[in-house]
Amino acid sequence: MADILVVVEHQEGAFRKTTLSTISAAKVLAGLIGGEVDALVLGQGVRSVADTVAAHGVRGVLLGEGEVFARYLAVSYAPVVAQLVNEKGYGAVLAPASTFGKDFMPRLSGLLDAPLASDIVGFAKEGNSLRVQRPMYAGNAVATVELVGSPLLFTVRQTAFDPAPKADAKAPVTPVSVTADPGGTTFVGREETRSERPELTDARVVVSAGRGIKSPENFKLVEQLADLFQAAIGASRAAVDAGWAPNDWQVGQTGKIVAPELYFALGISGAIQHLAGMKDSKVIVAINKDEEAPIFQVADYGLVADLFKAVPDLIAELKKLKSA
Amino acid sequence: MKILVAIKPVPNPDERVKIRKDGSGVVLDNIKMVINPFCEIAVEEALRIREKRGGEVVILTIGPKESEQQVRTALAMGADRAILVETTKELDSLGVAKLMAKAVEQEKPDFVIMGKQAVDDDNNQVGQILAAILSQPQATFGSKIEFSEDGKKANVTREVDGGLETIGVTLPAVITTDLRLNEPRYASLPGIMKAKKKEMKVIPADSLGVDASLKVRVLFLAPPKERAGGRKVADVAELVDKLKNEAKVL
Repeated sequence: MADILVVVEHQEGAFRKTTLSTISAAKVLAGLIGGEVDALVLGQGVRSVADTVAAHGVRGVLLGEGEVFARYLAVSYAPVVAQLVNEKGYGAVLAPASTFGKDFMPRLSGLLDAPLASDIVGFAKEGNSLRVQRPMYAGNAVATVELVGSPLLFTVRQTAFDPAPKADAKAPVTPVSVTADPGGTTFVGREETRSERPELTDARVVVSAGRGIKSPENFKLVEQLADLFQAAIGASRAAVDAGWAPNDWQVGQTGKIVAPELYFALGISGAIQHLAGMKDSKVIVAINKDEEAPIFQVADYGLVADLFKAVPDLIAELKKLKSA
Repeated sequence: MKILVAIKPVPNPDERVKIRKDGSGVVLDNIKMVINPFCEIAVEEALRIREKRGGEVVILTIGPKESEQQVRTALAMGADRAILVETTKELDSLGVAKLMAKAVEQEKPDFVIMGKQAVDDDNNQVGQILAAILSQPQATFGSKIEFSEDGKKANVTREVDGGLETIGVTLPAVITTDLRLNEPRYASLPGIMKAKKKEMKVIPADSLGVDASLKVRVLFLAPPKERAGGRKVADVAELVDKLKNEAKVL
């Protein structure tokens, strides 16, 4: 059976853990359709990324370096992956369903005229046929889809697969000679949302706030609660649209999909689009003064209260517990 | 500038869809179809660009005759004319993009703009595939678009994991929209009246010579795992007690 390629995500040399779930998904796929899993790292001065990936149970790592890859651009990535698929005969390509994978993988699909299933959450086999599960309608339906053609392309929902653990052996890293012409596309700049906190998609605890938080200043309260857990901070669309929180914090259908052990929804009504991004969390706590808010339908523990009173009380109680 | 805006009708996203008993799709009876919210943002952006720089806004959709209703809404918002590539066949993103590419080749717009994702199938693919087929630059998840004075280049700020990123693309290109790009206007009553008289060209999809056979086939839909949510606690003390002793997450 043809082998499987995972395209590694990094932010200019900083490895992103999204790739580890993608490797796990690739291994599940290999278990069903056969083949070995390789990884591809494109960038400039990214040997350390390749070394990290090599330690996580892949057969080999392809390392393509060059000035043209110093900044990620879909228009450079897609043709290189297409070229490697054609040269090495990969039967499937997987990438994280992050804004990275969602950007270049469809372009790859267009270049290769190959089927792409987005944001997949599971694989299965029926007879000899591969079946793929993916959410639709803001997660209110799980579709089982079949792909026709080759190679099979997937973007992988990070929360649906455990990160690939470290393996005993390190895979070889092989340089590949690739280049790209970004043509009329140039990188202009990047504005990073700086945070000392864990990434939303990796955090054990997420504290999110919505319209009910009322002002950007009040996010201090959210931060105080988050500090007690070293939690990531999220926001509903309403809070981001209002400019109270950066876009990068948005949890929901078209933002970040999270599934932490513990999720706090503070002043979030629970629109369908928000629920799509957090309803797979293990434990959900909702604090909202509107007892009719739909968020309470998915919350394990709902507290109908004014968050400006309840959250300081909660912080005090938790601190007491900690010092006890 | 000539701007082509691709739109998709979707079931009203504020209503929770129900899956048909046989899993063959969702129940669409009594559900209002609307322009996909991200596509609506694309229409709005095109109108604003035309208001600033002049030109023409052409709406494109691929689908059944009934899509005309959402196309008319886009015309009522202020678009100049529309093209409906008519088909009743089920299509995947590749099929849609291939049909769109034919329309783009005919129209030769300065750029194509569309929603980053349709909120029914949640694929987030068509714009990027179209850009690949046309061998054009792509700028996805746009939250700000600025043109060079000569209108030959655009700088697009993109909503990405980790923050915001800006890339420059020479036109023609394909741009997809994110939530923060703008707030779409409502169609005015005079707009709705005018829209009835605006040109809508219907092109049978079969006449375009495109092989749009399905490569991604949805076999069936199932409901997601239900959460056993809905429990309330009386106060903060009970909440902390439950988190500690029942959920054991503290």
